[in-house]
Amino acid sequence: MSDIDRVDALVDRLLAEHSFDDPQAFWGAQYDLGLAWVWFPEGFGGLGLARGLQSRINRRLEEAGAPTWNRRVNILGIGMGAAVLAAHGTDEQKRRWLRPMFTTEEIWCQLFSEPGAGSDLAGLATRAVRDGDEWVVTGQKVWTTLAHIAKWGLLVTRTDPDVPKHRGLTYFVVDMQAPGVDVRPLYQITGEAEFNEVFFDEVRIPDDQRIDDVGAGWRVAMTTLMNERVAIGGDTTPRGSGAIAEAVRVWKESRSDDPVLRDELVRLWAEWEAFRLTAARASEMAKAGTPGPEGSTGKLVWADLNKRITSFTVELMGMDGAVFPGGYRLIRPEGRDEMPPQKAFLRARANSIEGGTSEIMMNIIGERVLGLPPEPRVDKDVPWKEVPRG
Amino acid sequence: MAERQVSYAPTEELELIRSTAREFLADRLGIPVVRELMMSESGFDRSVWKELAELGWTGLTIDEAHGGGGFGFVELSVLAEEMGRAVTPGPFLASAVLATEAIKAAGTAEQQAALLPRLASGEAVATVAVWERPRGWGLDDVATTATPEASGWALSGTKRFVLDAHLADLLVVAARLPDGEVGLFVVEAGASGMSIDQVPALDPTRRIADVVFDGARTAMLLGDGPGADALARALRLGLVALANEQVGGAQRCLEMSVEHAKTRYQFGRPIGSFQAIKHRCAEMLVRVEQARSAAYYAARVTDDTDELRVAAPLAAALCSEAYLWVAGENIQVHGGIGFTWEHDAHLYFKRAKASTLLFGDPRHHRRMLGDALGL
Ligand SMILES: Cc1cc2nc3c(=O)[nH]c(=O)nc-3n(C[C@H](O)[C@H](O)[C@H](O)COP(=O)(O)OP(=O)(O)OC[C@H]3O[C@@H](n4cnc5c(N)ncnc54)[C@H](O)[C@@H]3O)c2cc1C
Repeated sequence: MSDIDRVDALVDRLLAEHSFDDPQAFWGAQYDLGLAWVWFPEGFGGLGLARGLQSRINRRLEEAGAPTWNRRVNILGIGMGAAVLAAHGTDEQKRRWLRPMFTTEEIWCQLFSEPGAGSDLAGLATRAVRDGDEWVVTGQKVWTTLAHIAKWGLLVTRTDPDVPKHRGLTYFVVDMQAPGVDVRPLYQITGEAEFNEVFFDEVRIPDDQRIDDVGAGWRVAMTTLMNERVAIGGDTTPRGSGAIAEAVRVWKESRSDDPVLRDELVRLWAEWEAFRLTAARASEMAKAGTPGPEGSTGKLVWADLNKRITSFTVELMGMDGAVFPGGYRLIRPEGRDEMPPQKAFLRARANSIEGGTSEIMMNIIGERVLGLPPEPRVDKDVPWKEVPRG
Repeated sequence: MAERQVSYAPTEELELIRSTAREFLADRLGIPVVRELMMSESGFDRSVWKELAELGWTGLTIDEAHGGGGFGFVELSVLAEEMGRAVTPGPFLASAVLATEAIKAAGTAEQQAALLPRLASGEAVATVAVWERPRGWGLDDVATTATPEASGWALSGTKRFVLDAHLADLLVVAARLPDGEVGLFVVEAGASGMSIDQVPALDPTRRIADVVFDGARTAMLLGDGPGADALARALRLGLVALANEQVGGAQRCLEMSVEHAKTRYQFGRPIGSFQAIKHRCAEMLVRVEQARSAAYYAARVTDDTDELRVAAPLAAALCSEAYLWVAGENIQVHGGIGFTWEHDAHLYFKRAKASTLLFGDPRHHRRMLGDALGL
């Protein structure tokens, strides 16, 4: 039996034996059959097969109308945490965390950014000090999406301030309900609080929740970020979906025949299509094992286009665009809300900031893809504690 | 069409207006107050209007005989710029610019004598009700009708996006006369047959409302006849004031960015030392200065009807786009903090976006400019 046949048979079985009424139970069954991350080893939600087969599985489940929104609900876990555990975790850690992550019984968050360390993640200051079989963590994280509902957090800490910044970091999984963890909402431009500041006051983390070696935190953080940038903007989506779909909808609703607006709409449509085709090509090349420069442009282009398209959509609405339906309320966002174009427009401003700013993405393309010389670095071989911080 | 020679030299008087305005706005309408007002039901505090009246702002361009300051549009533009800088909420643009200028341009001597002193003294707030459709910025789009009655008129129709209508004591309403011309009617708040419904605004520092006229009665038709030209003039002056306001807002965003770029360290250096940020700030300055030139020029040619037909849409198109771009990049330069409610960047960004929608989008202004140039 070919791998494709084997996977198809398992999908048939999943669909035949499990109802969609209880999504968590369905996802549990999907995990147990090895259809969660098909390229992970057997017993850890996978079958040890080619990664490319996963999109076939996802497509078949979507076509069958099966629940697939766990990836969205638990994006920081399923999109990034899983890859981190797969690459750097022990079998015991994978066994403990992967299944409830996939079923969304346990939500995950990412505790990287700090008030003093955003783009310069490796400059972070949250301290972890060893105490026997435990670590004691004190410091502050910021912009932590989902921290208020998360059970687990992916945490990077500084364990050695005396060496250059990249070398003194250690990575943990932290229990967000542990004593000393304080989560406070941060409200954003839309009035909603998607993200938080998280304070750690002598929080104790058992050493068996450390990921990879002491001092290897940067390596693990890079795995996380690579997967984050794929999770944002690396999706292959059907033609005409996403932000451009909303622009087209508003255009049709307006029944405008203004040739200037139409030209702008079609220009944006074309740019979005080029972005989409690039993502599709990048994913094909990656599957074939020959990823090229196309793969590193997704997040950058997506952010720019999303901002422009949502802004244009509001413009298409004319003065109606100057209305903010429902008004501003300082609240936690309500699950899977419909987003009116005005709110989508405001929310899109974050796209070129979250998950690495567009300036940083361009530095990466310039230096890693094109091989241009890096900017002079003042903090390279300096012990972290001696780096200027303004 | 010939460009006019104008002077940009700052006079002592203008500088005094500017510094007084900046001081007053900082003391009385600082950002914490703006934030409080923008989350309040009405979005404004009438006692502030009284204070503005005492400063002479509510009747700045109304002549002294009617209790105003007798100043020109250059002085008014300085106030507008300072208010843009401070994202000041309230009906200044609606009342002291649009309604005032409509009444000045269209009203008979008696009508002006009856209305302008009330506006100048701050006793009454006014606005204009013109627009009815989301992209209908032209006067051709006015469909509200005025039907003559035994004494006065009855208005019927729905106005949308009326600035600060819920605060207004007087509404200057554009409606079709029986002969199809647009007339300007003055309706007092509380008139029967008129209902005002505030709608939530993208820019919570500038409120808008829908106003429904269902046979609303009024006795006052400004100028006792057609008023389209007067309204067009008032709207152009509104654009000039708005353009100067946009320059003030954009300038403030530039300053926030530069300040942040100098003090925020990443990778052991101030982020302003990265060319990506340094060049962005430099480009902000360039765009603000281009916009300022157009706005300042427009403010200095308001007495020349032909030139204003060029200068007003020119300033509106340039300043709208410049402000929106600068306010957006200001968020980017700030990173995560720029996306928060707590930071002021979003107040400017929302004001900038709404300002490109409420008075005509830049494409509309360019169309008007093209028409004025005969292109
Ligand atoms: C909606 C949202 C959700 C987020 N969720 C999370 C989360 O769940 N977990 C988490 O850890 N973080 C999260 N973040 C944080 C995000 O990763 C950071 O905001 C981002 O990395 C930028 O850091 P900063 O905000 O400190 O900006 P800074 O790093 O201070 O950047 C300020 C400006 O300087 C520029 N700049 C900085 N360095 C350079 C350079 N070398 N060259 C050129 N330009 C430079 C930046 O591009 C930016 O324009 C989130 C952010 C947002 C907006």
